[in-house]
Amino acid sequence: MEFATFRGLYTLFLIIIFVALIAWAYSKEHKKTFDNIANSIFDEDQDSIKYAGEQSRHTGAKK
Amino acid sequence: MTSATTIQPDYNYKVVRQFTLTTIFWGIIGMSIGVLIAAQLIWPVLNFDTPWLTYSRLRPLHTNAVIFAFGTSALMGTSFYVVQRTCQTRLFGGNLASVVFWGWQLVILSAVISLPLGYTSSKEYAELEWPIDLLITAVWVVYAVVFFGTLATRKTSHIYVANWFYGAFILTIAVLHIVNSMAIPVSMGSMKSYSIYSGAIDAMVQWWYGHNAVGFLLTAGFLGMMYYFVPKQANRPIYSYRLSIVHFWALIAVYIWVGPHHLMYTALPDWVQSLGMLMSLILFAPSWGGMINGIMTLSGAWHKLRTDPILRFLVVSLSFYGMSTFEGPMMAIKTVNAISHYTDWTIGHVHSGALGWVAMITIGATYHLVPKLFNQKAMYSIPMINLHFWLATIGTILYIVAMWISGVMQGLMWRAVNDDGTLTYTFVESLEKSYPFYTIRFVGGLIFLTGMLVMAYNTYRTVTAKDGSIQPQELD
Repeated sequence: MEFATFRGLYTLFLIIIFVALIAWAYSKEHKKTFDNIANSIFDEDQDSIKYAGEQSRHTGAKK
Repeated sequence: MTSATTIQPDYNYKVVRQFTLTTIFWGIIGMSIGVLIAAQLIWPVLNFDTPWLTYSRLRPLHTNAVIFAFGTSALMGTSFYVVQRTCQTRLFGGNLASVVFWGWQLVILSAVISLPLGYTSSKEYAELEWPIDLLITAVWVVYAVVFFGTLATRKTSHIYVANWFYGAFILTIAVLHIVNSMAIPVSMGSMKSYSIYSGAIDAMVQWWYGHNAVGFLLTAGFLGMMYYFVPKQANRPIYSYRLSIVHFWALIAVYIWVGPHHLMYTALPDWVQSLGMLMSLILFAPSWGGMINGIMTLSGAWHKLRTDPILRFLVVSLSFYGMSTFEGPMMAIKTVNAISHYTDWTIGHVHSGALGWVAMITIGATYHLVPKLFNQKAMYSIPMINLHFWLATIGTILYIVAMWISGVMQGLMWRAVNDDGTLTYTFVESLEKSYPFYTIRFVGGLIFLTGMLVMAYNTYRTVTAKDGSIQPQELD
């Protein structure tokens, strides 16, 4: 295979995985999983509640 | 330091406390040296005719101190904190975390001694000589073992996005450091070494390293910090977790290519320069993905900025990040670079990133961390944080505006030619015109440093107060 052909195909391959990544990240079936992960940083506050004051009042974080 | 007890006993907070306090300490040292060399550019007499205090030796000490002592201490400390809390497990490897802390302090001390003595590889941001490079490699490997070991032993099913950024930073810096520091010592008893690369290849390897130190240490590492501390301080989840995935992979795939924009119009092959320019322009998109994700986390909660100066630090740092990542691609355009390169514009651009983004997000994260690490509900004084915020913002703006004006002026003066083709201005004429801006820059830096001293005092009062005795306050 010509080097130029290889580079062209490789570029195409990279474009395909990038588009696939976007499709995967934005697919409906994963929305809930990602929302849960985004909220997971608030999980560990339960055991530090006596120091965290009013942090249990999560304004935006729906559990 | 008072506290021996921790909030959650099974987390290793000792190493995080150590790194957090040294972050503040090295920040003050590194920025003080910066203020001193800024003053030397106005009053050269300030080198006191001492070789150890010359600009050429103190400038690398300043950059090493702020990047590797202040910035990297902050990244090591916060990454150890974030990885434990998001993986809900204790740091891997027991005492290895302490090895990372003391090993890294030894690296910093070696720099503080060897750079003023004149030992340098003369590679920008990689000046440290070969024995110290070996020590850095050893400490970094231990750091990677602790971090990735913790990820491997996590109690959660997923790896939170902040850890992806921290992990990319740790892996890439290891590769960059080893490849760029390849050198042959003159003899085993000598500090002096020579790079195994030569000519244009040496320059390309150096700036592949140099810009990826910016991309993976000063950007990816601090984005890791952003993805944990902005949502925590705002008490809201990140705006879009999906965007964080896409912008992570785009950012790390593109950053690695942009080094050539440091070598425009040099002996580097022209196509490599054009490639560097194009990749720099593309990089604008993933950079702004991160900025938008951080800032939009506050959407619907903007009122918190009125009462929470810590959140102000975090949000303004993201604004500066957005500004510098717009300015950077623009400066990478060859025709713009023809004006900006070698002028103070570059110094202004670097500091809008370094003071505005890196330092401000670190300061915000540190104010979030200190009360949690030292068993308090809040920092000793919230108004003092607010004062620090304004000192930092005004200092940064004075600094970068002065350097923009000075830089564009220098670029235009250097390329001005008379009808007969001779240069209109001598170099010294452009230097004389730069003096007022050097003075403004010095004042801006001094104001920023003053803010750091306010932070040190506030931290001292927080750390030494009786456990749990400080009540949460809000600004009026």
